[in-house]
Amino acid sequence: MEPFVIHTGKVAGLDRVNVDTDQIIPKQFLKRIERTGFGRFLFYDWRYLDDETPNPDFELNWTENQGTSILVANENFGCGSSREHAPWALGDYGFKVIIAPNFADIFYNNCLKNGMLPIYLDKEDIEYLLEQSKSADYICTINLEEQSIEDSNNFKRTFQIDDHWKKMLVNGWDEIDLTLAYEEKIASYENR
Amino acid sequence: MAKTIIEKIWDKHIINREDGKPDLLYIDLHLVHEVTSPQAFEGLRLKDRKVRRPDLTFATMDHNVPTVNRFVVQDEIASKQMTTLEQNCKDFGIELADLNSPEQGIVHVIGPELGLTHPGKTIVCGDSHTSTHGAFGALAFGIGTSEVEHVLATQTLWQGRPKTLQVDVSGSLAKGVSAKDVILSIIRKYGVNFGTGHVIEFTGDVIRNMSMEERMTVCNMSIEAGAKAGLISPDETTFSYLKGRKYSPAGSDFEAAVSEWKELATDEGATYDKVVKLTGDEIAPTVTWGTNPSMSITVEDTIPTPEDFTSEVDKRAASRAYEYMGLTPGTPISEVEVQHVFIGSCTNSRISDLREAAEIAKGKQVSSNVRAMVVPGSQQVKRQAEEEGLSKIFIEAGFEWRDAGCSMCLSMNPDFVPAGERCASTSNRNFEGRQGRGARTHLVSPAMAAAAAIYGKFVDVRTLDKISSK
Repeated sequence: MEPFVIHTGKVAGLDRVNVDTDQIIPKQFLKRIERTGFGRFLFYDWRYLDDETPNPDFELNWTENQGTSILVANENFGCGSSREHAPWALGDYGFKVIIAPNFADIFYNNCLKNGMLPIYLDKEDIEYLLEQSKSADYICTINLEEQSIEDSNNFKRTFQIDDHWKKMLVNGWDEIDLTLAYEEKIASYENR
Repeated sequence: MAKTIIEKIWDKHIINREDGKPDLLYIDLHLVHEVTSPQAFEGLRLKDRKVRRPDLTFATMDHNVPTVNRFVVQDEIASKQMTTLEQNCKDFGIELADLNSPEQGIVHVIGPELGLTHPGKTIVCGDSHTSTHGAFGALAFGIGTSEVEHVLATQTLWQGRPKTLQVDVSGSLAKGVSAKDVILSIIRKYGVNFGTGHVIEFTGDVIRNMSMEERMTVCNMSIEAGAKAGLISPDETTFSYLKGRKYSPAGSDFEAAVSEWKELATDEGATYDKVVKLTGDEIAPTVTWGTNPSMSITVEDTIPTPEDFTSEVDKRAASRAYEYMGLTPGTPISEVEVQHVFIGSCTNSRISDLREAAEIAKGKQVSSNVRAMVVPGSQQVKRQAEEEGLSKIFIEAGFEWRDAGCSMCLSMNPDFVPAGERCASTSNRNFEGRQGRGARTHLVSPAMAAAAAIYGKFVDVRTLDKISSK
């Protein structure tokens, strides 16, 4: 996994609640047996019209949201199905950071396992970021080591993340390798 | 100290606990299906890793499988996913219930049916409805594909200790009110994320008096409340269900297991991080009207109006839902016509669900405006329903009688609802596009679904004289 230390990028806003993983990556695209190539199917049913042309009403198709790598969303982002294809699709599309007031548990975990940083912030901060994201050149910098997010307008917040997952992300460690170091303990549990 | 069943199971499975780290938990049973596993096996191959405990791993195919002419998979990519699972199970020595197996079916139906699911086990699967197995007093939760790979390689998972949440359903249910109505009512009252970060224990007389299959329906939808898992302390109902099943302990081993399982129930005086309550008389036959499982009303109600929602966010979500669902606020749900009925899914496709639906369908005809299908949860359920004459009732009434699979719950196989059409469905998610792009899903119980098939719209099953008393 690629280490995540600092990321600076443009911010896209998706001001919807309860965005479920069926919306993030619809089921017809789950049949692939690879981890890659899901980006073009991200938000497929919202993003494209019936004739497969971009839907002008969908946030990520707006001019100001082109070339963005930070997604600000609203409550309960990533609810529903456990499909890891959701973070694969978000990552393949170009997002490195997802910010929301809260996330569904499985989705949150799935992001961490893919070098993608999910950040939860207070609702007021989310409102601020959603408003700012309407500007095409709005940029934020996320520093995982410092657990901070800031912009050029003096907005700076720290965010919470479990130390263990932070270390995994910052170092880009392979979790299975880490666990295999506990082989003796696992074996002794099995032999109880 | 008095402990909940959640804490008891958790503590028993800790391999490593240290400050600044999540707990390393041992996993007793890993269920695998074709959709969320190929990348995990590929990951093992790339690093030349083995499956640590193939004997604790069990696979089936369910999401993609056709429910008619099941051996002719037209979709090449779906077919490849199934052959990939076959190859992976062969290469890594994992038992697979494939399409030829008399035991094939939806992973959350066959686990309990085969007696793989036991009280006190930690059970995972790359599927969010793994919470179903919690009905037996197991700690069962859905995981992503990276975690599937991790469990395959190590038989463990790193997990932060969840908070505990008691959902107490006291009193009793009126006749015609089902387990599906119970869980939909809980989610309506407390919302789609009240369980986030928590494991739910369902308690109370309503839960205690449920059969195992009804309990599975309730636990199945814990994830729709955002919970990591949902479970029920095991009791005599649990033990008698498990007795004599293929992978259940047998003979004196069974008696020994039961005495161990009896220790699992939450201790008198144990406390939870959060408690919510509901009484049986608050619960009536329920129909979802919107695009998440909390957007539901009772069958006697009208579609809510924007004024019924207090927050701006909810108002906006509701107006999106009206548009997607093609519904006008204030319309009685009983006037809403359906074109499709789906009886199936890991929520409601077990033999008792089919009996409940057949009771309504018996001697009646599916409305000429409706296409209705019954998809048993497993090939075993299918055979049993055929032996009991349920299939005959369905077929004579005009329902399609299919082979086992996930089918129209998520429409990864050829079964789907066309855009703009409406389906009364016994599944678990009414998300946009879930049953097909533009499809409009209304979640209901098996009895309500069968009645919708006959009458072409939502009718209150309590007013039909055919409802048998429980």
